[in-house]
Parts: sequence; structure tokens; C-alpha cells
Amino acid sequence: MPELGPHAAFIIAAYAVAFVAFGALTLFTVEDDRKQRRLLMEMERRGIRRRSATKPAAPSVKMAKPKAAKAPSKRGTPRPRKTRS
Amino acid sequence: MISLANPTRFLGLVEIVVPWLTALVVILLGAGLYLSFFVAPPDYQQGETVRIMYIHVPSAWLAMGIYAIIAIAALGTLIWRHPLADVAAKAAAPIGATFTFVVLVTGSLWGKPMWGTYWVWDARLTSLLVLFLLYLGLIALWQAIEEPGRAGRAAAILALVGAINLPIIKFSVDWWNTLHQPASVFRAGGPTIDPSLLTPLFVMAAAFVALFVLLHLIAMRAEILRRRVRALQQSQVEHAALAGA
Repeated sequence: MPELGPHAAFIIAAYAVAFVAFGALTLFTVEDDRKQRRLLMEMERRGIRRRSATKPAAPSVKMAKPKAAKAPSKRGTPRPRKTRS
Repeated sequence: MISLANPTRFLGLVEIVVPWLTALVVILLGAGLYLSFFVAPPDYQQGETVRIMYIHVPSAWLAMGIYAIIAIAALGTLIWRHPLADVAAKAAAPIGATFTFVVLVTGSLWGKPMWGTYWVWDARLTSLLVLFLLYLGLIALWQAIEEPGRAGRAAAILALVGAINLPIIKFSVDWWNTLHQPASVFRAGGPTIDPSLLTPLFVMAAAFVALFVLLHLIAMRAEILRRRVRALQQSQVEHAALAGA
């Protein structure tokens, strides 16, 4: 810590106020977030759900298509060309 | 970007981003405080009190920037009626108020040894006090009106009216004869501050921006969940009323 000179009290007070203000804001924000999560989980445990939450969940990973359904590659047998009538 | 405007997708993104942002805030704040106290030299005029600048100036930038975000979100609420716009504005207000409070207090603590007084009714200081009162007014308005949609629209109008204060804060030092010094970083012709003092300032500013983004995302998530809880409670009451009838 460097020597803060004759106005050290003002410098320390400024940093202390900022630390307390931002610390209190962080605690308040995080606590509010936790409280809302708790409330929502509590309601879901009691069977109260949003309409969209009662639908079956979509799979997070899409299933790969079966190999048989795979289209022939470009290198393979060429598809017959469409002719203009 | 548009897909993130969906609240559920937004919540998923917040879940991923918050741990990384927390780490970034800790690293930037640690680096910024180290540079501010152990690397930056004392100013030739202000001496050691220049160290107050490393929290005062970034807080001032954030105080104004957050209000600008609220004003843009207010447009989103009034024009497009997007639910996340109102959530973003409401979540940002307490954070903006805290940054403005820090600017006012640290400015006073810097003013006493440098100007000989904690406070003067000068245009810059007064307009910043008005900004703080605007933040408090917005928070009070959101608390006073129970229905989120109505509260959001009322707060959006107040936020847009209050946005006129932003250019007044910025240019007050040019338009009027003030005790507060004119702009010395973002000005035509470049900064007037030496790089040895400017680097810690920018690192602290980056730390404060990261802190704001982190807290804003968490506060937005809390607000979305609060509205879901409220909607569920309302539907419960309606079901109970219907069953009783």
C-alpha cells in the first residue's frame, strides 16, 4: 500500500463507500434472484406450472437420420436430369 | 440476437454467461485496484487524491450510460411493447442509482481536499443529483404500480422525459461556468491525461462495465422469474374463484 499523504482519510473513505455500495447492491441482486427461483420451484413442486411448461419438452439434441433415408452423394450415381418439356 | 429476445432463451444464455462474467469482474477489479494503488503515480497537482478518480470517473460514465440504456429500453416498451425491454429497464434502475450515489459521494470526498468544500450547487453536480433523483423516481414508480405492464409504460414515459438531463450533464461544464473541470478523457483532440494515469482508469472502467453487465443479467433473470411467479399466483386465485362459484 503506498503512502496516501495528508488526504488519506478521504481516499480510504471514497473506496470504502464504493465497496459497501457495490457489495450491498450485489448481495441484494443475488438474494432477490435466489428468492424468485425458490418461489418458482416451490410452486412447481406443488404442481402449479406454466402452460408452456406442461408441454412435453423438445429434445435438446436432434436425432440423426437413419442411414437408409440418406440421399445419394454427389459422387455416387447421378440422379436423372429433369428435361424441359 | 432476435432469438435471445425470447425470455426463456434469454434465461438459458444468462445461465451460461454468469460464471464467466463473474470471473472477468474479479480479474478486472483485481487488476484495476492493483494499478490504481501500486502502479499509477500521484498527480502533479492533486497528489494522491487522484486515486479517487479511478472509482469516481468510471462510476460517472456508468451512471449516465445506464440511464441511456433505460431510455432506449423505454422506447422498446412504448413502441414495440417488448416484455424484455421493460424487464431490462426495471432491472437497470437500482444499479444506475448505486453508480450515481457512488459518483456523488466520491466526488464530495474528492472536492473537500481539492476545492475546500464537499458540495457546490454547480451545474454538473446539480444535474447529477437530478439524475440520482430520477433513478429514485423510476424505482418508486415501479414499486407503486402493481400491474407490471402499466408500471412499465408509466416508467418508460418518465425515463424518456428524464433523458433530456443526459446532454445537460455532459455539456454542463461547457455551457456554464462551473467549478467542475471540463472533459479530460472523451474530448476533441484526445485525452489530456498522461497514459500512466489513463491506463488504470480504463481498466477500472472495464471492471465497472463488466460488473454492471453481470448484475444487470442477474437482476433481469430475477425480474422474469418474479413475473412468472406473479402470473402463476394470479392463475391460482382465478382457479380458486371459479371453483368456489
